[in-house]
Amino acid sequence: MAKVLDINQLVTHFTIAGKPYPVIRDLSFYVNQGETVCIVGESGCGKSVTTLAIMDLLPNNGEVVSGSIKLNEIELTKLNKKERNAFRGRDMGMIFQEPMTALNPLLTIGYQLTENIMLHRNVDKKNATEIAIHYLNVVGISNPKERLKQYPFQLSGGLRQRVMIAMVISVKPKLLIADEPTTALDVTIQKQVLNLMNKLKKDIDAGILFITHDLGVVAEIADRVIVLYAGRKVEEASVEDLFNNPKHPYTIGLMNAVPNVDSDHFEIKPIPGTFPLLTDDIKGCRFHPRCPFAMDRCRSEVPSELEYDNHHRVACFKVEEEYAHE
Amino acid sequence: MRKRKENWLVKAFTNLLKNKLATVAFFFLILEILIVLIAPYLTPHDPLETNIALKLAPGFWASEGYVEGYYLGTDHLGRDVLTRLLYGGRISLWVGFVSTFIGLIFGVTLGLLAGYYKQLDNIIMRFMDLLFTFPGILLAMLIVAMLGASTTNAMIAISVWSIPGFARMVRGKVLSLKEEDYVTAVRSLGASDFRILFLHILKNSLPVIIVVSTMRLASSIMSIATLSFLGLGSPPPNPEWGAMIATARDYMWKQPSLIIIPGVVVMITVISFNIVGDKLRDVLDPSLKENA
Repeated sequence: MAKVLDINQLVTHFTIAGKPYPVIRDLSFYVNQGETVCIVGESGCGKSVTTLAIMDLLPNNGEVVSGSIKLNEIELTKLNKKERNAFRGRDMGMIFQEPMTALNPLLTIGYQLTENIMLHRNVDKKNATEIAIHYLNVVGISNPKERLKQYPFQLSGGLRQRVMIAMVISVKPKLLIADEPTTALDVTIQKQVLNLMNKLKKDIDAGILFITHDLGVVAEIADRVIVLYAGRKVEEASVEDLFNNPKHPYTIGLMNAVPNVDSDHFEIKPIPGTFPLLTDDIKGCRFHPRCPFAMDRCRSEVPSELEYDNHHRVACFKVEEEYAHE
Repeated sequence: MRKRKENWLVKAFTNLLKNKLATVAFFFLILEILIVLIAPYLTPHDPLETNIALKLAPGFWASEGYVEGYYLGTDHLGRDVLTRLLYGGRISLWVGFVSTFIGLIFGVTLGLLAGYYKQLDNIIMRFMDLLFTFPGILLAMLIVAMLGASTTNAMIAISVWSIPGFARMVRGKVLSLKEEDYVTAVRSLGASDFRILFLHILKNSLPVIIVVSTMRLASSIMSIATLSFLGLGSPPPNPEWGAMIATARDYMWKQPSLIIIPGVVVMITVISFNIVGDKLRDVLDPSLKENA
């Protein structure tokens, strides 16, 4: 299977008050064609920054310091702004978290859809409208012809998100990035949008990079999961492996923090401590201050990522030692 | 079907007309513009035609001396005041609209560029600050002094004077708009800077631009009257409102209406534009209320 996206040792810095702070530390992963990879983690762990780095949409104080981002074997970090802009939309599209504000309020849905289709697919207005109607149908919007004439404020959040999805997939990108596309929606609409994305997954044959902090969503949509903690990958596994056999203490903590609604008295076991600030200087494993299994070694050395059975990758000394004993 | 396409501009005007004062001001301005446009058909006189025999005739309110057909009286050369007022309005409104438009084109372009491109921001805005620090009239006098007194030069002066106001307001709007999600979204879809700036951002800045334009119209009309009053605008014998007041100064005790009438017309026109601008601001962009 072809790797649509291949990221190697990516490091990004954010400059705060004149000092650079690393946000993503040495992140490597890939997304295959037709595969959905979920990145999970708490707010501030670098999920969104990863997507922005791929799209070259980092805010002014953020920059990719080192590492490589390859889209279909093409190294993106070496290109200039203009060359990179050519990839946006055409080869990689992004769905945003907040559908209420991601559409221009003063332009009709039709205008925004056709504008984008004409830009990337080299068709005239009439064909672009046909394509737009087709894709509105694909994302399950009834009455697409009428909808094209409407303004964003006339649509609900769920519909707007569908329009955004239609807009992105109508140019057939090879990589689809979804940055918490369901977070701002209420649960029933969330479910609908997830179902839609699951259905599209099979049709569009693109690699999907899906960002979320909701493990329920992960279980629903992912093929493979990457767990990020404070800018570093702590665990990577197929979705079955991750849920059946989480290895990293942080992942196990996350799993315990999800309430089980099936038992009578459901208990939430939070991970003790708080998420480190970007400016905190933590030596060794970034998780050690909150880790119940922290050893001396964790406080001084950064654990390297090792591969265990079934392509299950974990960066933790405790897991490493357990395996060494077996 | 038509009804659904009703856009924000139509809606803004519908809301505007819910306010009585704004409605009166708005229709007064429409009427004024129409009357001024068809002035030659409304009055039999020529604004420059003198008739010494009829000089300083009072208007219809006077018990004696009123000459039939000269409703607002005549000036010191026997020219019909009403006719001069109507033709004067052509100059004032023309200068107002044209100079606002020129100021808008340059100001909005500079504002868009300054707001969008960080590298240009300082250069453009410091230059705008430079223009801002000059009192408007002083700047206009400087320009007219360099180019000579004429209607066109006054127009250029007022245009230059209008630029920084537009630039500053638009820049502020762009700074906030470029952080909007939909701007990031269209960028992620591969739209070019030009398209983002001149389609998505400009279109969303229109409320600000419309409001500033209405306000600038008022001050431009005021400015051309001021410049003409000082002898730097429309030269005599052109019937400009400010110039009419200036020449009437010598006769203000004998015939006060010569000063009062053009003065009141300037005042009502300027106040009307201000009222419309103010209410437009309320209906278009309430957030502007504090800092306009």
